[in-house]
Amino acid sequence: MSETKKDIIDQLQKDILLWQGFKPPTAGTTENVGLGPVEAAFPNGVFPIGAIHEFLNEAPEHTAACGGFIAGILTTLMQQGEACLWISVTRNLFPPALKVFGIEPDRIIFIDLKREKDVLWVMEEALKCEGLAAVIAEVKDINLTASRRLQLAVEKSKVTGFILRNDPRKISTTACAARWKITPLPSELETGMPGVGFPRWNVELLKVRNGNPGNWQLEWSAGRFVAITPTVNEEQLLKVG
Amino acid sequence: MQKRFVSLWFRHLLTDWLTLRRPELKEVPFVFAVPVRGRMLITASNLLAEQQGIKAGMAAADAKAIVPSLEVIDDIPGKAEKLLTALGEWCIRYTPLVAIDLPDGLILDISGCAHLWGGERAYLGNIIKVLHSRGYDVRAAMADSIGAAWAVARFGKEKPIIETGKHTDALLSLPPVALRLEPVVLDRLQKLGFYTIKSFIGIQCSVLRRRFGEGFLLRLNQALGNEDEPLTLLHPVEPYQERLPCLEPIRTVAAIEIAIQKLLDSLCHRLAAEGKGLRTAILSYYRVDGKTGAVSIGTNRATNHSGHLFTLFELNISKIEPALGIELFVLEAPKVEAAEPGQEILWSAESCGLEDNNLAELLDKIGNKVGAANIHRYLPQERYWPERSIKLAQSLQEKRTTVWRTDRPRPSLLLPRPERIEVTAPEPDYPPILFRYKNEVHYIKKADGPERIEQEWWIETGEHRDYYQVEDEAGRRYWLFRSGYYDAESSKWYLHGFFA
Repeated sequence: MSETKKDIIDQLQKDILLWQGFKPPTAGTTENVGLGPVEAAFPNGVFPIGAIHEFLNEAPEHTAACGGFIAGILTTLMQQGEACLWISVTRNLFPPALKVFGIEPDRIIFIDLKREKDVLWVMEEALKCEGLAAVIAEVKDINLTASRRLQLAVEKSKVTGFILRNDPRKISTTACAARWKITPLPSELETGMPGVGFPRWNVELLKVRNGNPGNWQLEWSAGRFVAITPTVNEEQLLKVG
Repeated sequence: MQKRFVSLWFRHLLTDWLTLRRPELKEVPFVFAVPVRGRMLITASNLLAEQQGIKAGMAAADAKAIVPSLEVIDDIPGKAEKLLTALGEWCIRYTPLVAIDLPDGLILDISGCAHLWGGERAYLGNIIKVLHSRGYDVRAAMADSIGAAWAVARFGKEKPIIETGKHTDALLSLPPVALRLEPVVLDRLQKLGFYTIKSFIGIQCSVLRRRFGEGFLLRLNQALGNEDEPLTLLHPVEPYQERLPCLEPIRTVAAIEIAIQKLLDSLCHRLAAEGKGLRTAILSYYRVDGKTGAVSIGTNRATNHSGHLFTLFELNISKIEPALGIELFVLEAPKVEAAEPGQEILWSAESCGLEDNNLAELLDKIGNKVGAANIHRYLPQERYWPERSIKLAQSLQEKRTTVWRTDRPRPSLLLPRPERIEVTAPEPDYPPILFRYKNEVHYIKKADGPERIEQEWWIETGEHRDYYQVEDEAGRRYWLFRSGYYDAESSKWYLHGFFA
């Protein structure tokens, strides 16, 4: 009895996802953005590309980490020569750093605005342009109505939108597909090697629509994301024990 | 109707133009020179230089020996033609038929135009007066044939206006060079002793043809008016302008939209027929109370797509103030370029690259709403100084000339101005142990560096920077630098960026 109940619930869940527009990936068209275990948290195990993703950044260090993380995702999205737009009020992003993450920084078009109000208008217009790889906007705050309008815009055009909330004041519910928080982690090198290692982040999914939130450690090395399993420090174990 | 022609001779065309541009040259004898087979030959000299004996065709070195204070300026190829075209297009107000007569003249066909100025004398006087007041030294003559007018303008000593039928008499006392003959023929005439036209005008045509050739006879007959001389007339470009007068004053937004749509349709129709597109468009409106206003849009690429242009105008409709009503709309396209024909694609491409029309139209919309100067695209530049290692691209299509470097680590966030921090760095050239930024102390666990970047002395002088990539105990990575050499007490340290 419990088997069939579970089956019925699974089938119902699949149906609801289908009606909401989350199509299961057909064989041969998966666009794997290379995030590894993080992708399993999303519905159907696929990173949603025609949707809006929200990133919370409380400090400029987090914004820098976020910039690198998004650049890593954009590698797959900009594979076929697409362009992407970056909209902000005070732009501090340094394009030469993005080449390490595998994208061509001269295919990013930066729109530097004077007022925050214009950022969301420009983002909505940009999201309506089909075929762009992604549109990234830096805003301080976004409310439910604005995010819903953006979500409606991407539903038609299938462009991925990233909203970086630098220094958010009020965190309320939004209609975004996922809410992320990227914080930097100490990098690891082989024992005895000097210097700073590859960038490593703690990737936290605070909210996922129809998915499971979670916490992962990812590192960018050799041109792709590598998932890190936190190793237990043996010395610390011995001390505690 | 008897044909009448005016020939204008600009005696110092290029030098007058330069004098207008640089008024200080009015008192200075100067010449234009062009390098020919290794030496500079003079092509044009101004009045002061001519008075001292400097003529076109002399060597610049010889001229400088005669007049030590002579200024020699490089000749600009093609300038004379451009100037004559501009002057010719201006002369269209006197007659619709104007032709350029290189190297320094204009020919106007004024049959039937002179009476509008109150007579031929007043007509010619007006042309000369206005051109003189503009700063051009011009000599004019009017006659029945082009050849006669040309001759009298340059070599005539008495009357500039030759009455109908009297041009043969006027030509008699002029030298043969006034007939626009080849130098070879002129040489021969000189050798044979024909110093004025009178001396050979009576000779039989067959003899002249045998001695001097068919071309000589043609020129002679053209001057006498027996042969026609075709002119290649100037056609000024019609401005791309559409007008829409309204029967009743318009005040509502819907009506203004209809007006804009109509104007755009006809203008785009004309542009498409000519294979051109517009880059800027200005819509001016004239109100009932006499005031006017204008709204303008610009595009990234030459386009004749009226739907897209209408969307751009829609963004700016709120700036139009009709008040009591608008009675006339004028749509003008001051900047027009050749438009690439839209390619027919068999299936819609899924990716939108930098060359795509969609992207150009999107950027047009954004640019017209928030200002086109806010849209930036960066290309790498071969410079050491981090702030200068990128440059703004001029267009969407500009390709990069160098590669994006990945050999040195660069932060993904760069502060617009490096910020002062306090560090504890006991050892010279080693990275610091800790630093304090915004009242928070960061203990440095890992570091890379130093990378010394010297100031580019040819642009700016200043201290060099030793950059360190550091990671603190929480894993946050920063880009610090020390300005100048290490000094135990007073080194200046700055934070420049944050790494991913």
